Amino acid sequence: MEQFQVRGAAKERARGSRLEAITGVNASGNLEVLVERVLPDRECLVEVATAVTGFREIWEAVIQEFFERSSPGGLRFSINDGGARPDTVTLRLMQSARLMEAE
Amino acid sequence: MTNPAQTQAANLSNQSQLPDADWYEAYARDRVAGLLDPDTFVEFIGPEQRVMSPHLAQFDLTGAFDDGVVVGRGRLDGQKVFIAAQQGWFLGGAFGEVHGAKVLGLLRAARDSAGKDGPRAVLLLLDTGGVRLQEANAGELAISEIIGAILEVRNAGVPVLALVGGRAGAFGGGGIITACCSRIIVSKHARVSVTGPEVIETNKGVEEFDSKDRALVWRVCGARTRYLTGGADRYVKGTIKDFREAAIALIPHAPPFELATLKAEQKRLADRLQQFGDCRDATEIWRKAGLSEPERIADIADDAFLAIARPKGADHDAR
Amino acid sequence: MTLDEVLASLFPSGHAVERGRSGMLHGSGKVDGQGDVTIVGIAGGTPLGVDGAILLADRVLAAVEAGGRAPIVVLVDTASQNMARRDELLGLNEYLAHLAKSLALAAACGHRTASILYGPAAAGAFIAAALSSRSLVALPGAQPSVMDLPSISRVTKLPLEDLKKLAKTTPIFAPGVEPLFAIGAVTEIWAASEPLALRLSALLGKPAADGDARDRIGLERKGRLLAQKIAERVAAEAAANAGK
Repeated sequence: MEQFQVRGAAKERARGSRLEAITGVNASGNLEVLVERVLPDRECLVEVATAVTGFREIWEAVIQEFFERSSPGGLRFSINDGGARPDTVTLRLMQSARLMEAE
Repeated sequence: MTNPAQTQAANLSNQSQLPDADWYEAYARDRVAGLLDPDTFVEFIGPEQRVMSPHLAQFDLTGAFDDGVVVGRGRLDGQKVFIAAQQGWFLGGAFGEVHGAKVLGLLRAARDSAGKDGPRAVLLLLDTGGVRLQEANAGELAISEIIGAILEVRNAGVPVLALVGGRAGAFGGGGIITACCSRIIVSKHARVSVTGPEVIETNKGVEEFDSKDRALVWRVCGARTRYLTGGADRYVKGTIKDFREAAIALIPHAPPFELATLKAEQKRLADRLQQFGDCRDATEIWRKAGLSEPERIADIADDAFLAIARPKGADHDAR
Repeated sequence: MTLDEVLASLFPSGHAVERGRSGMLHGSGKVDGQGDVTIVGIAGGTPLGVDGAILLADRVLAAVEAGGRAPIVVLVDTASQNMARRDELLGLNEYLAHLAKSLALAAACGHRTASILYGPAAAGAFIAAALSSRSLVALPGAQPSVMDLPSISRVTKLPLEDLKKLAKTTPIFAPGVEPLFAIGAVTEIWAASEPLALRLSALLGKPAADGDARDRIGLERKGRLLAQKIAERVAAEAAANAGK
């Protein structure tokens, strides 16, 4: 099992006032993402727990790209991964950021 | 106290769509949000608390922030209810130490606050393969504690409803818990049973149970059989709204937990053995019960199925 | 211990127990300070199925209907639930639940209930027959389990040797009296050298704790470190929100 963090800088604070949200579920090919508005405005962070080892570089690339695209400033994303593919990871991260910005 | 997680499947982030969503496909929090009156759900120990299982890492497993069960309170048709919803996708919705303790705490709270200001009912959205083997002893004991607590809640005059329609069904101890509830609601996808078909096949051979024969699995363990034999009280079509309407309708008709009820249950269960005890398959039961076209009952659409008059004894209030 | 040895040591002042169908037992026995107690049970390592469960429940309900507060002792030497298509087709979950409910009703009506395990009991049979009384006693020969280690190994994909090693460090999954005692499932362990009749008399004479104390016991014995606290925490949040 691997646990690691990927930090990033965001151009701006994620919109909205929602404090936390959760999407997905830790199941085969899926992942659970808990997102919390707990960081300074220009910081973002993804914590990953995964039983599928050896893909850290891919995780980092996917996550940095997500930071670039979505600029989720102030948000901490915590992931319990069930072996999701990179595009599913991207989808869930974006879904969860959108949920936070929706209200 | 925050109310963090309102919807879990972000593609259903519009809450007003939830009641029409399919129960089977929905995540636990979405079932809760769609079942209860809008914006009334308050979660106890939400996922942001990260109260998780300490027993999974040694099996190289990652966990769930809520250990696979959502508990809290809300309103159903204006009435206060307590609710627990299992996440069937996470480790088969199985009971572990933390998971079980959350449900137990909820039931004890319902018992202790029963009365004028307490919950009108407890809703258990069961979606479970039974005990989580990595925590087998804790899961099994939690199931026994939950059974005891359900009966205490019922004894205090608060109905406990089982709602089953997810991918895991209600197996093992989950099947036993189901039958301890006051009323049981199932949809087409539900299986309610004790030993899983694969385990029967492993132990007794494929002649006894071909676990790959899905139609057989549903004839033996599935919702239609349970409903027609009196093992479930309502059979609903598959949306979250269908479950909601059934729950609202059943709450006022929950049998009390007392000797008269159990004596009636003793009789109906003994009668079932007498009438159908030598049947090998559900179709034999339907034939003996005098239902027309027994071979078609498993396949007809829900509307046609619901039009069937249940055999004598299946419609009862002895649970 | 054989059934005859169990009966002789638990009820030396007298007992009348019949063996019925499906491996079921029923009758009564004399216990010091309690008079006649109702005895029900499963013998011979017989799996617990629909036929046995309905018989046991019938006896328990008869004891409740008879009134009074005579203790009910459940002697358990079973296996798992009966694993058969017929039992599942007929709704085994309802029959096992019915037995659990009957025992719970008896306790609620003032009958002290105790299950005495002297053989195997697994899974659904363990829940319905052994865990559904207010106390569970393990005698020599007791083999409580949820599932055997080889099956757990197969399902969890952890090699059996690793699982056995792990079982030495935690009571949370392995079969046996010790781990199930540690987590609070087994109330008392009685050795063959002890005066079993006296212990039974003391057990039945002591009122059961108000409510289910097994999570508190699991914490005290350090076998389940989280369950009691989490149940308490959920209950506290529910109470804190009560007015809203």
